[in-house]
Amino acid sequence: MRQGEASGRRRGEWGKPRGRSLSRRHRARAGASIRNLLPKISAKTGFAGESAVPITLKLNGQPRAWSGDPDQPLLWFIRDDAGLVGTKFGCGIGSCGACTVHVDGAAQRSCVTPMAAVDGKSVTTIEGIGKDGALHPVQQAWLDEDVAQCGYCQPGQIMAAIDFLQQNPSPDEAAIRASINNLCRCGTYVRIARAIQRAARSGAKA
Amino acid sequence: MADAILAPSRRGFLTAALLAGGGLAVEFSLPLGRAQAATVGTSAVGAFVSIAPNGAVTIVNKNPEIGQGIKTAFAMMIAEELDCDWAQVTAVQQADANPAIYGPQGTGASQSTPNNWLPLRRAGAAARDMLVRAAAARWGVDPSSVTTAKGRLSHAASGRSLGYGEVASAAAALTPPDLKTVKLKTPAQFSIIGKPTKGVDTPRVVKGEPMYGIDTRLPGMLYAVYEVAPANGGKLVSADLADAKAAPGVKHVVQLKGVGPIDALVDGVAILATNWWLANQARSKLKLEWDLSAQKGHSWDAYVAKAKTLLAEKPQLDLIRSGDVEGKLASAAKRVAAVYEIPFLAHATLEPQNCTALYKDGALEVWAPSQIPAGGKAQISKFLEIPEDKITFHVTKIGGGFGRRLRNDYTVQAAAIAKAVPGVPVKLLWSREDDIRRDFYRPSGWHGFEAGIDANGKMIAFKDHFVTFGKDGKSAMFANMHADHFPYGIMPDAAVVQSTLEIGVPIGALRAPVSNGLCYAFQGFLDEVAIAAGTDLPRLLLDVFAEDKLVGEPDQPEKAQTAFSTKRARAVIAKAAAMSNFTSKPIAPGRAMGFGFYFCHNGHFAEVVDASVKDGQVSVHKVWVAGDVGRQIVNPMGAEAQVRGSVLDGLSQALEGQKITFVDGQIEQSNFHDFRLGRNDRNPAVEVAFVASDSHPTGLGEPALPPVIPALANAIAAATGKRVRTMPIDLSALA
Repeated sequence: MRQGEASGRRRGEWGKPRGRSLSRRHRARAGASIRNLLPKISAKTGFAGESAVPITLKLNGQPRAWSGDPDQPLLWFIRDDAGLVGTKFGCGIGSCGACTVHVDGAAQRSCVTPMAAVDGKSVTTIEGIGKDGALHPVQQAWLDEDVAQCGYCQPGQIMAAIDFLQQNPSPDEAAIRASINNLCRCGTYVRIARAIQRAARSGAKA
Repeated sequence: MADAILAPSRRGFLTAALLAGGGLAVEFSLPLGRAQAATVGTSAVGAFVSIAPNGAVTIVNKNPEIGQGIKTAFAMMIAEELDCDWAQVTAVQQADANPAIYGPQGTGASQSTPNNWLPLRRAGAAARDMLVRAAAARWGVDPSSVTTAKGRLSHAASGRSLGYGEVASAAAALTPPDLKTVKLKTPAQFSIIGKPTKGVDTPRVVKGEPMYGIDTRLPGMLYAVYEVAPANGGKLVSADLADAKAAPGVKHVVQLKGVGPIDALVDGVAILATNWWLANQARSKLKLEWDLSAQKGHSWDAYVAKAKTLLAEKPQLDLIRSGDVEGKLASAAKRVAAVYEIPFLAHATLEPQNCTALYKDGALEVWAPSQIPAGGKAQISKFLEIPEDKITFHVTKIGGGFGRRLRNDYTVQAAAIAKAVPGVPVKLLWSREDDIRRDFYRPSGWHGFEAGIDANGKMIAFKDHFVTFGKDGKSAMFANMHADHFPYGIMPDAAVVQSTLEIGVPIGALRAPVSNGLCYAFQGFLDEVAIAAGTDLPRLLLDVFAEDKLVGEPDQPEKAQTAFSTKRARAVIAKAAAMSNFTSKPIAPGRAMGFGFYFCHNGHFAEVVDASVKDGQVSVHKVWVAGDVGRQIVNPMGAEAQVRGSVLDGLSQALEGQKITFVDGQIEQSNFHDFRLGRNDRNPAVEVAFVASDSHPTGLGEPALPPVIPALANAIAAATGKRVRTMPIDLSALA
């Protein structure tokens, strides 16, 4: 992404505000302002603004320590540094949601979440939601409804849906439309809604 | 109308081999494609189907999977004729690029299904035939007395039975049958084809397993970006790379000289770093001077102005002409005229373009999300001077294609970068901004239509002045109209004349190429004609298509089945009208239905949109789709998804303001905030009906898209009285 382009996006350009998921984007922004409150420590080992004290976090339950530019988005830590590629890159401006992960259980767009904002937090990716080798009920619902076409957005959709269902245990279609705004280029939205409702019926919680 | 090409059925080659550890591997080599014949790889061996001693069936998918579901559909075709249980198919693997074994492997033009429907079933049937003979030999009975079902062989007279795995090794030693005479099932015998079947990759997709090009990881791999000119064709005049080289995490900065056409390699600078974000950050440290003079004046506004001038001038070329259209127009009781405009569009695949490559000891290995892997391999070989037999081309799962990945520019770039740093694996990834700005865009176009209606309300003359891109009246590829496009062969007095303007930005195929723009313009204007004639669009079309005709190359029997058929058109038009209870009158204040029909990619589709307009907002309530893609839907579950996705894609083009504009060749859009795609709230009910005909099964990735756009525009016109003659729809004009 070329610098400055993300800030050129006008909020609400995709239509009317959609409840929680918009506030999630606010939260990603809030992460950026948290970063500004952190003490700036001059670089000694290569990265401008590199944190001298490593950022520590849990990734899918495993403790991790990471040193680098605290502005680096969480997405690139997950994909390139930690090597978990189920979380996808789509836009880099927090728009499409392909990079959605959970930070302390809440869905967040990792491409606009700086590392500084996840210090001390617990990050969960698509690879970390199943338990003991079994699929999460939302993953199972996705399978049962055969949601995927190209499938690229689906890990992000599933992560968004899990958080959504925690807040809305039995959503109607209108609530799903109003709250889940991850992009699916193939247009699988009907099956996404069906899968969310199927997961709700099966009592899916995180 | 669009190409209707079925590969002539030629004899394939079948060989069989014993699997390591026992079992049968059937290698069915499709005939060599014309383009590939001279450049065949030497080493790759690809089995279409193999059966392990425990009976587990592995199938190899030859064509790239871009979300169109071909990986599942091809496996179904093979498994059907193998006569195994679908549950026995434990793995479907993706073939590397190897036309010597697989024949043409491209995914495009919705041709995978029609071109492989018989060959792949024959491959499955051949394997079954060998298993039957192996069992017969073991039992000492005649093969004709051996039956199969669900992966088991039975001999009814003696009550004996065997699993496929138990005779797989013995079968591998037998001579394969002649593919031309191998017996295929009748449709009544199908137990897999025609059954709703879930995608074979979905279990891995929901777990986020590494499958896509962007997921490729190799030990010691570096992550790359490739900075190019801000306008197509720009030349790198000078480069100061020092600051970028000193940027955090950066390992290499490499300047590359362009070679070949723009979908080979353009001038640029690659930055390789320890992760992608660091590589991308370092771009701001590059000090590059570009010569952009070649693109001067190639601006959207200038194109619009030039097109309007051309529309008013004498056309440069007669594309289609029959009868006396000018005479009929002059004598018409009523004349209708209108100008339609369509915009440039980007593909915006959700997985940005990327490719991973490793060049070592004179050999190249690539992992690419490519729709035409053999083309990519050939292009790399030609422009980077690496012999094809030194290139291994792995095809990854693909996060959306839509025609973008028919170009291998990113593949060649990755290979060129890898070649510059031998021994270092490189993953090239484009940012979304790169992806939007370096596309091969769906070209814009203009239509100056005129039609004449006689006193009885019959359309007696039709004329289009098509202003498109090209030179001296001859259109560029994907900016063209086929010479057998409507009204060719249909209306006695009709003409399409053409003028061209020179193109600067790269253009290419977008899902339902050519058709996606033409359909909107033609069906939008015909709706205007219908209303002027006192009828409605479905009735006007039924009248125009009243006589049974095949348009295209009906004299060639193999093509007749996939040509435009007025009879098949009438059937889907009638079906869509009946499904929706179509009426051209508003069904409530501000709410109405619109109709659209098109034939492309061998599919006949009629669609109805029910939409309402209020305060400048358009709500689509429901879409009805009636389509004819032949006698057999291979996978109803996938088919329904393709149609639904096509409908949403078309609605996005029209309603989300999708339009690529540029100034002196520099694209003005950059990401999903200014090139928008439909979200969850643009999600109408879609009712799909397939009208079975006696024709060959054809593809579904594209033909359901075009008609939804005019259907929507026509619904808006009926609801508001405001005719939409420019795409995308200007919602502010409806307020």
